[in-house]
Amino acid sequence: MNYTQLPNPEGFYGVYGGAFIPEILYPNVKALQDTYQVMLADIGFQEEYNDLLKNYVGRPTPLYEAKRLSQHLGFRIYLKREDLCHTGAHKINNTIGQIILAGRMGKRRIIAETGAGQHGVATATVCALKGLDCIVYMGEHDIQRQAANVARMRMLGATVIPARSGSKTLKDATNEAIRDWISHAEDTHYIIGSAIGPHPYPDLVSRLQSVISKEIKIQLLDQFGRSTPDYVVACVGGGSNAAGAMFDFLDDEKVKLILAEAAGKGINSGSTAATSQIGKKGVIHGCMTLLMQDQYGQITEPYSLSAGLDYPGIGPMHAHLIEQRRVKVLSATDDEALRAVLELSRLEGIIPALESAHALAVLHQLTIKRDEVVVVSLSGRGDKDLGIYMENLKMDEI
Amino acid sequence: MKDRTMPNTGLLNIYFTAGYPQLESLHYILPALMEGDVDFVEIGLPYSDPLADGPVIQMAGKKALDNGMNIDVLFDQLSKHSALMIQKPVYLMGYFNQMLQFGIEKFLIACQKVKVTGLIIPDLPMEYFEKEMKDLFEKYGIKITFLVSPLTSEERIKKASELSTGFVYVVSSPSITGTKAVLDEKMILYLKKLAGMKLNRVLLLGFGIQDKKSFELASAYLDGAIVGTSFLKQLDKGETDKNQILQFLAKFKKN
Repeated sequence: MNYTQLPNPEGFYGVYGGAFIPEILYPNVKALQDTYQVMLADIGFQEEYNDLLKNYVGRPTPLYEAKRLSQHLGFRIYLKREDLCHTGAHKINNTIGQIILAGRMGKRRIIAETGAGQHGVATATVCALKGLDCIVYMGEHDIQRQAANVARMRMLGATVIPARSGSKTLKDATNEAIRDWISHAEDTHYIIGSAIGPHPYPDLVSRLQSVISKEIKIQLLDQFGRSTPDYVVACVGGGSNAAGAMFDFLDDEKVKLILAEAAGKGINSGSTAATSQIGKKGVIHGCMTLLMQDQYGQITEPYSLSAGLDYPGIGPMHAHLIEQRRVKVLSATDDEALRAVLELSRLEGIIPALESAHALAVLHQLTIKRDEVVVVSLSGRGDKDLGIYMENLKMDEI
Repeated sequence: MKDRTMPNTGLLNIYFTAGYPQLESLHYILPALMEGDVDFVEIGLPYSDPLADGPVIQMAGKKALDNGMNIDVLFDQLSKHSALMIQKPVYLMGYFNQMLQFGIEKFLIACQKVKVTGLIIPDLPMEYFEKEMKDLFEKYGIKITFLVSPLTSEERIKKASELSTGFVYVVSSPSITGTKAVLDEKMILYLKKLAGMKLNRVLLLGFGIQDKKSFELASAYLDGAIVGTSFLKQLDKGETDKNQILQFLAKFKKN
């Protein structure tokens, strides 16, 4: 199967994807659809993108063999250290690419949505770098639980606008960003941070993030003598870091791919973000995908302690990969993720983001042989979650 | 197409959200609109994530959902007005996912049964409709309305006009619903361009039409206009009895 050849020209991965957008956005989205592949392949783009990834973001990020964690779990674990990227997460791989594209399209005003704030910070950062106006929509609830990232965005010169509708989280911030784009279609580029949205965003974001899997291949060959692991594990909300960590392995079916969803308080608790397990096919934010909804198509509110994973949908590419059984989905509850945070902190001296901890948590659910190699995408660092950790980990008892 | 030589002959389309302000409000709003000087009625299906709508319609939708409105309830309410439903064209406006989950064919059958004229689905792309849904709409005799905006190319305006079996929804400015329409030179050029295209469809201007002036401008170049947000604001003020609704309507059409 040639998964990396997808989507088709209309933006479909099987039955998922497409561009279900109001007509006002058609010219913008069509222009992106028609040009993104050419722009990405352009030598000038590649030079600037790679230069910034190397000298500004700090790539390649290390592939680190986590020996104590490996010993603890009984198989060989490598961590892809996206947490060491400038701004503290993988999100900047995408924003660097899109800000160059925005410049080439002549857009001076940049908007973004953000959940945990990592994509918002990554967007504010590249806007400062390029001297462009930056407006970030963030759910009011997320603004409260991710105050440090809000401060970072403001320091970087971005305007942070609270989304006050619905659950006041990522879904609502995305609605507001799309409404802004509708109202400023001519001068504005919308930098979507996840592998979601109308075509070509899922593909654009996946390809910009695929630098993660490209580096894994090279680094694994260098350190381990072969370029493919047995497993790649990544957390998934919308799916950008999973898309990036898995992209170059999609067509090599020997590599098992595991997505870790946020189960929140439990898949069937009514407070969950395990989209692929309780979601159904539908349209959200411009694409056909799996999403959490009721029988009337009203989108239901997701829940996760992690602000980066509580999205009611999943990228259309991921939905297709799930349907084709190319990827396996597991889930971790808030508590399991918190335990994984502490486990990695104590065993490896790395405090992971709560999102990334979901990928670490599902390692406990896998039956993996001693000599097998697992690469885990450590998508972000835990600094932004310290408040949550202090509140939930009972610091004086541990 | 209207006779463009006559003043004040514009067609008025009034939008309201089903289930707002109260779950059963449709039972008095619909008869009042049928009695009043209105040419089209547009009923919004409240949605959790209305991407093309501004704060007023968002809020009305949320209230309606909280009141317990859903597609089954709406069809049930409409079924009680079969005599009214054939007096004037009634369009339902909703988002694609609502239809998709209900079942596209099942939805069209229900529309046919309660005599809904057509549908407006702002996030349904023309290409997808043409490929996947056009035949079903024809089978059940349900019309479809597509939207065009100042950013839409002439080629796509023609396509929207050809594919729309109902009216063409002309969005006044690149914005969300409820944004005040600016009646400037740019707008007039846009309306002139559309009028000059001699499209064989009824063209109604929507988004931010809130007074006689904007209604008349729309009617001078196009066939009329759609009033939504400002009608919801009227309902929100509690001015909801028949006479108050008729008074509101008179603001637009009275000489």
